Amino acid sequence: MSSVFFYALVGVGLFTLGLHALIVQTHLLRKILALNVMGSGVFLVLIALARRSGETAPDPVPHAMVITGIVVAVSATALALTLLLKLAAATGRAELPDEQQDSH
Amino acid sequence: MLVGLTDIPWAIILILLPLAAGMGCFLWPQIMKTLGLLTVFVVALSVIGLAWQIFNNGVYRHTVGGWSAPLGIELYADGLSLFMLAATALVGCGISIYSTAYFKHEVAARFWPLWLLLLGALNALFLSADIFNLYVTLESMGLAAVALAALTGSKDALGGAMRYLLAALLGSLAYLLGVALLYHGYGSVDIAILAERVEPSPVVWAALGLIAAGLMLKTAVFPLHFWLPPAHASAPAPVSAALSALVVKASFYILLRLWLEIFGPVADDSIGMLLGLLGAAAILWGSVQALRQTRLKLLIAYSTVAQIGYLFLAFPLATGAGVTAWSAVVYLALSHALAKSAMFLAAGNLLRFGGHDRIADLDRVVQRLPLTATAFALAGVSIMGLPPSGGFIGKWLLLEAALTQQQWGLAAVMIIGGLLAAGYIFKVLGHTFTPAPVTHEPTVVPASMEWSALLLALAAILLGFLAVPLLSLLGIGNPFGISEVSS
Repeated sequence: MSSVFFYALVGVGLFTLGLHALIVQTHLLRKILALNVMGSGVFLVLIALARRSGETAPDPVPHAMVITGIVVAVSATALALTLLLKLAAATGRAELPDEQQDSH
Repeated sequence: MLVGLTDIPWAIILILLPLAAGMGCFLWPQIMKTLGLLTVFVVALSVIGLAWQIFNNGVYRHTVGGWSAPLGIELYADGLSLFMLAATALVGCGISIYSTAYFKHEVAARFWPLWLLLLGALNALFLSADIFNLYVTLESMGLAAVALAALTGSKDALGGAMRYLLAALLGSLAYLLGVALLYHGYGSVDIAILAERVEPSPVVWAALGLIAAGLMLKTAVFPLHFWLPPAHASAPAPVSAALSALVVKASFYILLRLWLEIFGPVADDSIGMLLGLLGAAAILWGSVQALRQTRLKLLIAYSTVAQIGYLFLAFPLATGAGVTAWSAVVYLALSHALAKSAMFLAAGNLLRFGGHDRIADLDRVVQRLPLTATAFALAGVSIMGLPPSGGFIGKWLLLEAALTQQQWGLAAVMIIGGLLAAGYIFKVLGHTFTPAPVTHEPTVVPASMEWSALLLALAAILLGFLAVPLLSLLGIGNPFGISEVSS
């Protein structure tokens, strides 16, 4: 197993781990962190796959994508944290409200 | 003079102007209403300019900063992009006029910048020609949309927005992983280059799975629709209208575009069938849920879940009747954008008028708010798919595609969906005629709020008369790729 493949596999592992946490955790901070772990997984896949087999210099395009992705992730996390604070201040709980309460 | 009009870079204006104006609203809040209205009108004119340009010169291409495809970002506009841009501009004008009267000063200061940024992101998305730039625009659109959904800061709105944000980010990350795999497999993010290089392989299947799942979550197709009703129902009326009419269509557009160019030619028929079955389930589930609702805005939100289902019926039907099925859904997407925004704006008027949106307590609004009631009824005609309306043309073409291929099951779902839609719309209309047991002191609704809803609903009806010229416009650049293999 090449090291490139190993890192890509770790990236996919992080993505899956984050997805699991996003679904099972109820605390919103943990959900936001889970999304960040998933994002890191995707970035790791992009960086690992940038080194194509048979070429010495890695491809710079995925690196540029990762930098753009990080900018997006930072903004998204900032928005999520702000919403979390507002929601916690309004409801007193850092969890999503029950889905059923909206229907009546 | 007309030659000069085709030289203006309309597409660039469509992206840069709303973004710049959005920033301008942060800087000069005292002129934001004027700035906002001016921007959406110039955007609408630019869409007409772009239409003129591609009508005369064929598809529009632009390499940003002179860096061409493998490295740089390319803009691309054909009939399909034009349709989505036109929907955005029309609905954008209606929502903006409505919003000048709807939002009071403090909320308005937060609404206008975000709304213009959303508009810019939507335009950029419909003009993007590479899958990574689509990711960036998808995210900027999503973040603006979430912030708008949370605008009122109420408990319901914050909860709805939070759920929406988590779903949207999960969807984007799945999409991005798919992009990473496609780039690894074929060494490009440009849609046209990928379309030439792609061939059936495990990389493509994995990318298709991730991209389709991510975009379906963002489009809220059954069973991934859980986040939509709370977010759309708890947002302010103009925001609900923008979310239901435009934002869910944007992720559908990406899925459609990638399916047409990249995945469709190499995908197995069963994948298209699976998408179609989910669409059929969405129609039935969304319509039944809409019928069960007691609150108007939730009813309209569930109706969106149902109407999105129709869009996914094209995937199985396109194998035998490509152009008909695809034209049908694009027409349906445009009609739904107009009708659903009209409906949400009308609901906003009723909410403002009576102070509530309980369907059973709509107190003789037909007499007291005739324009709003008319707007709701006309929008309902298009949602039900009755002639003459844009919804009728779209559903008729889709039904035709189903019948010629003897897809009786899908045809039956379309008809049942239409009947259920009639059920939930007449349920609302019925209560608008009768006096309610509990009456409220009515609040005056500004005329601009009534007229903007009515004009959008009229536009949805008007689409029923313009099918021939509009469908020929849609065919520019052959977006459904039936006769030509590559550019």
